[in-house]
Parts: sequence; structure tokens; C-alpha cells
Amino acid sequence: MLEYEKNSLTEEIENLVKQYGSDRPALLQILQSVQRKHKYVSDFAQQEIARLLNIHPVEVYSVISFYSFICSVPKGRNIVRLCRTISCDMAGKENVESAVKRELGINFGETTSDKRITLEYTNCLGMCDQGPAMLVNDQVYTHLNPETAVNILNGIK
Amino acid sequence: METKLKNKKRSGPVLFSEYQRGEGIKKALQLGRENILFELKTSGLKGRGGAGFPTSTKWMLTAAANADKKFIVCNADEGEPGTFKDRVLLLEYPELVFDGMVIAGFTIGAETGIVYLRGEYEYMLKSLEDYLSQMREDNLLGKNILGKENFNFDISIRLGSGAYVCGEETALIESLEGFRGEPRNRPPYPVDTGYLGFPTVVNNVETLASVSHIIFKGGEWFKIYGTNKSTGSKLFSVSGDCEKPGVYELPWGTKIKELLEIVGAKNTKAVQVGGASGICIPKSQFDRILGYEDAATGGSIMIFNESRDMLKVLKNFMEFFIDESCGQCTPCRIGNVKLMEGIENIERGDFTFSYINNLKELCRTMQVASKCGLGQSSPNSFISILENFNKEILHTSGKGKENVKA
Repeated sequence: MLEYEKNSLTEEIENLVKQYGSDRPALLQILQSVQRKHKYVSDFAQQEIARLLNIHPVEVYSVISFYSFICSVPKGRNIVRLCRTISCDMAGKENVESAVKRELGINFGETTSDKRITLEYTNCLGMCDQGPAMLVNDQVYTHLNPETAVNILNGIK
Repeated sequence: METKLKNKKRSGPVLFSEYQRGEGIKKALQLGRENILFELKTSGLKGRGGAGFPTSTKWMLTAAANADKKFIVCNADEGEPGTFKDRVLLLEYPELVFDGMVIAGFTIGAETGIVYLRGEYEYMLKSLEDYLSQMREDNLLGKNILGKENFNFDISIRLGSGAYVCGEETALIESLEGFRGEPRNRPPYPVDTGYLGFPTVVNNVETLASVSHIIFKGGEWFKIYGTNKSTGSKLFSVSGDCEKPGVYELPWGTKIKELLEIVGAKNTKAVQVGGASGICIPKSQFDRILGYEDAATGGSIMIFNESRDMLKVLKNFMEFFIDESCGQCTPCRIGNVKLMEGIENIERGDFTFSYINNLKELCRTMQVASKCGLGQSSPNSFISILENFNKEILHTSGKGKENVKA
């Protein structure tokens, strides 16, 4: 990581600490903000958060490793999460799943080589009456079929 | 196809009955704390998340606690597979949920309310924040609410990050405090040692929404609906094999077969009541009633017709528990994996009945020895599916599944 990138990340985290406070309850909110913007929380970011919250870096890592929406390794620019719970499954999830894999040429858990999309599974999205459902970043899409799902994915940058 | 705040009005006996924003708060300020607790006790309202703890008792304990600060937490970490009633309440009836929180704050003497919204529902955040700003403008939040001196209360929204176990109230509090969402030992309960160590009421979205109606219309009115042990009505999230999936408000005490009729379910083989951690009810028991005294549920109803393979259903549930177990206690961390191995062996037709009995024994161990509700209830579906569908799953020769199609 370049020096100026480090500086700007530090500044960003300092601003988050100003916004959410430097007490422990702020940790998850700070991590969520960094994750939202950078799609992962780098080692350097973890160290800076730990320094500013006055806790050990491993405390920060421990929290990251617990939550499935926060990660410490880089992912694609867009994270696509397909619901794999039984109601979506019965509504035709498998067809959507294979169409998406074919189209992007990757498996679930992988990222496209252009870093455009990371494919993941997720548990119940609370859209069981409108399945199959998926999240693209924080937006939810429902009543998917193989074609609409692929069109949605082809439409994101 | 994005989901935004909707104005689609529904109808139902209690939650979906008429209510204008702020009505419950106004009435609460007239009634005073004692009378609010009295109405709540009269109503017999129990927690709608699934555990069914009497809400009035929870509030009384917190109201009686002596502390500098108290908190109201709205548990909107709706993660139980097949549950989506909170989504409907938050998107279409936010006034019920937030008014309920203000009433709770007034009753127990809290100034801060926190909504713990599951990360998957982040798309609602903007509309909910806007709604709260509107409430502040109308003096339904903020200082001296509706002119009541020294009654200050405000609500903030915090997001989860994709951990089912955070729906457990002590795990939720850990998460709010910025830690891994691992459940705590109880006691102490949140009513005395909750968020940041202060007395805290943690209520489900639907519980708080019910409170608004109860306070405005009275505990006796609420009790008209439901049964003696399960008063009022319940939102049921219906999905699976039926013509009209969606959220239905029905009085407690409704029979399963009546519900199936309403939602247009045909050739039904089984109904999973209470989500992955609930029980699977076969056709022969469709006369059973939905209520705390019989088939209890946080609202998830998943319907399976004759064409479904129940072992595949069970496997889906078990994958979920393995994924969502926090790994803190052994019965849950290892137990779910062992049950999954069992399912895979059954799938291959590679099992003995004494092995199955050992697995059932393991289920009982998990139910008593797990630290929180996740591990205590994850064996429910294993036990009920194997027992109620033993003919289809275990009584076939060799390869387990040849009598059933996909």
C-alpha cells in the first residue's frame, strides 16, 4: 500500500471515530463503514482502528472474523449473495444458481477475474414469499429466474 | 424489483387494525406508568420472537430496577428461516414499532431506544431514518415528548452484519457493544444487566407493535382474540407450496389446516412451524393449533407438498445451523456437524437403527447442554422430521430415497 493511500485511510478512520466515538460499541459501526466503502478491512485499517480505539488489533480481527458481512481479504467491487434457504430453494434457486455460475464463469465463494463480482451464498433474506431472492450489495432482488438474475448481474459495474 | 417503503394497507384483527401514528403514545402519557403495566398484564401479551416470555413481567422488572440509565432495544434481527413479518411491519407499519418503543421508554424510564436491524435489511435504513426524523419534527421523539415534562426519548438504528445468532438477546447486546455476537450465560438477564451493564428491555418488533395497539385500545380488547394461554393475534410468515404466500394476521388458536385453507395450500405433506429451529408437523396432525400451548412459533410457516423430499429439507436446515452456530459451546458446534454426517449417511442408505438412536440421544444432549436457544433448538427439526417421516426416510431398502421423487 502506498504511503498516501495509508494517510487517506487513516484520515477516513479518524473521521469515523469522530462520528461514532472511540468507545468499544463504535467498533462494529466503524468496521461496517470501512467494509461498505472498501469491500474489506485491510490489515492496516485494522491496526489503525485498534490504535484509535485503544484496543489490541487482534480484538478488531476477532470481531471481523465473526460477522459474515465483514471480511479481512479483498473481494469484488460488488458482492452478490444468493439465498440458499429452503423456501427460495423450492422456488427455483438451483436454476438461478447454475445460470449465474455459467454466466460469470466462477463458482460460489469466488470473484470474477476483473474483480467485478464476488458470488456468495447467504441464509434466509426474509423474502421467502417472493423467492428466489438475492442481495446485490445492500439491494434485494426477488422473484428471480435464471434470465432476470443474469440480467441484473450484467447490469452492475 | 427493489423493495421500498410501501403504503399497501392490510387488514387483520389486531396489528393490521386501524391505528394513527402517536395515538398509543398520547394514551400512554394519560394513563401513566402503573396503568400501562396493568393494561399490558391484562392483555397477557407474550414475546413474539418465539420464546414467549410475558412482556409485562419483563417491563416491570426493568421499571423496578434502580439504575442511572436504562435502554429499550428493538430486536429486528429477523433471521429465522421462513420469517419475514418484521420486514412487513418495518416497511408498512413503522409507526406501530416506534410508538411501542416510546411507550416502553416512558414506562421503564429509559431515554434511549436502539433498533438492531439485521444487515440484510440495510435497504430499509434510509426510509426508517426518514421516518424517525419525521417523528422528531412532530415531537413524538426528542425532549419533553408531546409536552410531557422531562420525558425525553430518542431512537437510533444500528445494523447487524449477517449473524443469525445475534437474534438471541444477549448475543445481540454483545454485538451492540462492539464484540463478537456470542451469547452470554443467563442469569444475569438483560432486565438487570443488559446493554453496557444497564437494565435493558429487549423486545421483538412484533411485540412492540402489539404494545401500541394494546395501550391505545386496552388489554381487555386484545384478549378477545386468541386462546387463554395465547392471547391476541399473531403474524404468520407463510412460504413454500401454496398459492398465496405472504404475511397473515390470524388469532392464536387457529388450526394448521385452517391456515392451509386460507393460503391455498394443496396436497400438503408437512408444515414446518417455527422455522429451522421449529418442528415439522405431518398431515395426520393438521388439527393441532398454533399457540404457545401447542405448536409455538415466532411466525414462520413453511409448507411442503407431496412431491418434496423431507430429508433434503432437513439437510437444508442442518446446513443452516452449521453455518450459523457461533462455535462457543461444544454441543452446538460439534453436535450440528454430527447430525449432518448422520443425514449424509442416511442419504447414502448407509446406517443402522442403533446409529439413528445414538443420533437421537445426541439431540437430547444438545437440547439440554447447549448454551443458548440456537443449539437447544437446532435438533428439533432433526427429531421431528425423522420421527414423522421415518417411513419415507428410514424404512426404505438400501438407498434411502428411491420411493420419493425429487
